[in-house]
Amino acid sequence: MKWSEFFVTGEPLIYAADVSIVLTAIGIVFVLTYFKKWKWLWNEWLTTVDHKKIGVMYIISAVLMLFRGGVDALLMRAQLTVPNMKFLDSQHYNEIFTTHGTIMIIFMAMPFIIGLMNIVVPLQIGARDVAYPYLNALSFWLFFVGAMLFNIAFVIGGSPDAGWTSYFPLASKEFSPGVGNNYYAVALQISGIGTLMTGINFLVTILKMRAPGMTLMRMPMFTWTILITCVIIIFAFPVFTVALALMTFDRLFDTQFFTMANGGMSMLWANLFWIWGHPEVYIVVLPAFGIFSEVVSTFARKRLFGYKAMVFSIVGIAFLSFLVWVHHFFTMGAGAAVNSFFSITTMAIAIPTGVKIFNWLFTLRKGKIRFTTAMLWSLAFIPNFVIGGVTGVMLAMAAADYQYHNSYFLIAHFHYVLIAGTVFACFAGLHYWYPKMFGHILNERLGKWTFWLFMIGFNICFFPMYFLGLMGMTRRMYTYSAGLGWTPLNVVATVGAALMGIGFIVLCYNIYYSARYGERDMTGDPWDGRTLEWATSSPVAHYNFAIIPEVTDLDAYWVMKKTGKGLEIDEEKLKPIHMPSNSGRPFLISIAFFFAGFGLVFEWYTMAIIATIFIILGLILRSFDDDDGYYISVDEIKRTERLARKGA
Amino acid sequence: MATNDHHETFPWKHVIGFVLSLVLTFAALWVVLSSGLATKLIIGIIVILAMLQASLQLFMFMHMTESDSGKIQTINMAYAFFIAIVIVIGSIWVMWFVV
Ligand code: HEM
Ligand SMILES: [Cu+2]
Repeated sequence: MKWSEFFVTGEPLIYAADVSIVLTAIGIVFVLTYFKKWKWLWNEWLTTVDHKKIGVMYIISAVLMLFRGGVDALLMRAQLTVPNMKFLDSQHYNEIFTTHGTIMIIFMAMPFIIGLMNIVVPLQIGARDVAYPYLNALSFWLFFVGAMLFNIAFVIGGSPDAGWTSYFPLASKEFSPGVGNNYYAVALQISGIGTLMTGINFLVTILKMRAPGMTLMRMPMFTWTILITCVIIIFAFPVFTVALALMTFDRLFDTQFFTMANGGMSMLWANLFWIWGHPEVYIVVLPAFGIFSEVVSTFARKRLFGYKAMVFSIVGIAFLSFLVWVHHFFTMGAGAAVNSFFSITTMAIAIPTGVKIFNWLFTLRKGKIRFTTAMLWSLAFIPNFVIGGVTGVMLAMAAADYQYHNSYFLIAHFHYVLIAGTVFACFAGLHYWYPKMFGHILNERLGKWTFWLFMIGFNICFFPMYFLGLMGMTRRMYTYSAGLGWTPLNVVATVGAALMGIGFIVLCYNIYYSARYGERDMTGDPWDGRTLEWATSSPVAHYNFAIIPEVTDLDAYWVMKKTGKGLEIDEEKLKPIHMPSNSGRPFLISIAFFFAGFGLVFEWYTMAIIATIFIILGLILRSFDDDDGYYISVDEIKRTERLARKGA
Repeated sequence: MATNDHHETFPWKHVIGFVLSLVLTFAALWVVLSSGLATKLIIGIIVILAMLQASLQLFMFMHMTESDSGKIQTINMAYAFFIAIVIVIGSIWVMWFVV
């Protein structure tokens, strides 16, 4: 590697990015120093093991990544608006669709979901924290440094450019000699470790830390979806870990797992990638189903229809999700038997999914519906997701897929499921649980503006893509010629993308506006909620529950409100609360991971080895760590609770 | 927030498990690099070594036998075996046409 290749040069867009990165960094340092906030940053955030703060950090990172991925998307749409556009060249376009796809899935959708689950799950099950708070902090910081490592690629060394799927042989050293694909392999590996630990952490939390009386069948639906998601994470992510490790070996140490020569098998990469990749889409969409279930039942003021059917259908979906991966490469040529089998398993997933759709509809039936922003997102989800689902079944027909494969039809399909499923859910969840995080409500008027702009823009952007696909426009093409008749629909799509961008800006403004002028939530229960998170104050005291609630039925808090039992805190019963201590080590270990990763990307092994020694040192120190946490005194709990309840 | 009651004794189980894992790993490496056996035989041997190591780790590190939630353990193990079989047999079936 020559030093002249270290920084990416030659593109005005890149220089502009360089300048803005430097300015932002200086700006942050200046603000922190000027307002004397460094200590606050360290004590309150960098060392925290509180699941609610970790959740907030996940969500902030996810929104930043939504911005980055969104800018990538708008650049692509700008390039494709009219034929023969000269805005991005082919190499730059390759890099941008790769970073867009990877960032949106791994660094936006997953952390957004994980952030919401961090904040909500312990509250919903009546716990004071997760099972392993220290590990939770480590999970977050590993995700964060993985994301940062991936994000600097475009200014330092060059972006990966082989697609978010990074198929071999294209992604091999032979055909992609730059460091870009090393970034892909290493950054995803680091954040993947974090995700795997999150999966284990929340599985144990949900199985072991539920409040007394909360049997599995009394768990809120969101918690159920997270439980199943954790199972999928635990079984799917190791496959990706192995695949990425083999990719790293191929690229750094000249092994031949996926190469074309010496017995390597490039197809094996696609196979392993999708054994993880299909369950991965359920990792981001099952929690979305959970969020919609909570929101729909709250704002229809009804118990969720068919709770048991809902549970069985998520278990069914999780089971089937490991049996369908070949639908991503029907065209590889495995033959009729293989393709038929995977075609049928794929279509079978539509059955439990359909069950869920009907359950939501029946929950709405005869409900007293309140059209809040969170509810609007949930209502819009149903028809939009159905469009995505129906076209998915079309893609599942192996023979027909030879036509649709890798066309804009596919692009439209997966955006309809990912955006109408996951992104709508993230926005719904953000509005719904915002008071729990920050103590005030996100402005509803601005929220509805975001909703309409984004939802309409989304349809204008992606609906035409189905037709572009049928007209022959293929995925990942950076330009097209004028005579093809694709221009009008492409112009329309770009207009839609711009509307979505405006919707996002309104959302950001809303966050600022609501922080300054937003309505404070004094009751802790602004939506007349049903589940235990609404039994806490807003924002939640850091021990969550002064007294762990007793659960007697589904919708525990609703029952408490109806019977009047368990609402008041009996100060006589308060006991000191045991809490875990903060630790800076997860943050520092993750920084070491960053440098180890950076060293691997550039094949600077001295740096990688030194950083790895620091990682191991951190692990050893942790093993001999005797810190058992600390106790919050009864007096302090009393003070906090009285203060929180004054408003009520 | 877990209580730490089994901290007093030296974790012999873990150390033995760790050493045995290392032995099995280096054995596999040796078989591949310098045993000079036929390829098919090598593959057979390293698969067996891998399975031995996996079960070793389950018993030595994962507290397989110590849990009070037997039902969860059973479901978990059954599902793990199922997934492992799906991945291995499935991959072979799917890519059979290449060889
Ligand atoms: C904000 C609005 C969005 C727009 C306008 C947009 C637009 C696009 C475009 C133009 C492409 C490239 C098509 C091609 O050249 O092949 C693309 C690819 C992709 N998008 Fe989006 N997208 C958006 C949001 C999302 C979200 C939220 C996700 C996931 C949660 C996502 C996931 C992907 C993936 C996985 C790819 C494939 C990348 C690849 O080919 O390797 N997108 N998107
Ligand atoms: Cu799939």
